[in-house]
Amino acid sequence: MNGWPALDRFLRTDPRDVGCAEAMELLHVYVELVDKDASAAERYPGIAAHLRACGPCGEDFDGLLAAIRGPGEITGQAG
Amino acid sequence: MAPADPTVGGTFPLPRFDPGSDKWVQTLSGAGPQQEAALARLHDLLLRIARSELQRRGRQLRITGPELDDLAYQATADALLAIVGKLGQFRGESRFTTWAYKFVVFEVSAKIGRHFWSKPAVPLDAEDWERLPDRLGLDPARETERRDLAGAVHRVVDEHLTPRQRQVFIAIVLNDVPMDALVAELGSTRNTIYKTMFDARRKLRAALAANGYLDDETSRHS
Repeated sequence: MNGWPALDRFLRTDPRDVGCAEAMELLHVYVELVDKDASAAERYPGIAAHLRACGPCGEDFDGLLAAIRGPGEITGQAG
Repeated sequence: MAPADPTVGGTFPLPRFDPGSDKWVQTLSGAGPQQEAALARLHDLLLRIARSELQRRGRQLRITGPELDDLAYQATADALLAIVGKLGQFRGESRFTTWAYKFVVFEVSAKIGRHFWSKPAVPLDAEDWERLPDRLGLDPARETERRDLAGAVHRVVDEHLTPRQRQVFIAIVLNDVPMDALVAELGSTRNTIYKTMFDARRKLRAALAANGYLDDETSRHS
């Protein structure tokens, strides 16, 4: 039994975590999969693990998801 | 399937995107009034995303009014420049707009990180270890154990971490410096700082588990 759950969560690392560089590189692909509910975390477990652990990348993911679901996307055409 | 080698004879087929993305790429990589109109249209879309992203993160910022809008314009301008410069790298793995919005979201994060240092709450190198128990979320009702554990963490930080890991741990954990702000201050990358902190967390966990403060990682099922 662990008596310090917050500390334990903070220090626990996931070996599947791909890090910020790879998550950022594929964030546009991953976010569209999430938007389509297409088992994104199963296809990209390393990115899913990273977004759970990295606050800044998680924020970017939330922001990008909000952007593609927002009204801007409806009229997001070149001309 | 291995990708075709564009350097080996014959014509190389142009990438095929969805119609909307194709139009963006064609017009942005062209010239004249059509390109100018597409650039203006993209600028408007990016500015809207930058503003809404800054609003979304508003609670963690101490920025309002004209300063906030100034950051939105800066993020938009830098994102647009990056998108145009990297247009050839768009591979159609997503819609063009999703790929483009990513740039402005990243720029907003970077601008917020740099802005932190205009009014920092704590100097980067401050070391107030009394803050540690609260920063680690240790239960105040268990005062003796809490002090004992915080002392153990302090010892591990001093004895097991490299100077760089120690610096990053103190900034992020003790001084609550946002990662993007630390990236800007150290002239580093988010990936490098994250990796430094990742390794520090692993070392800390192993040392605390070895001393009986936490369960051994291998004894738990995830």
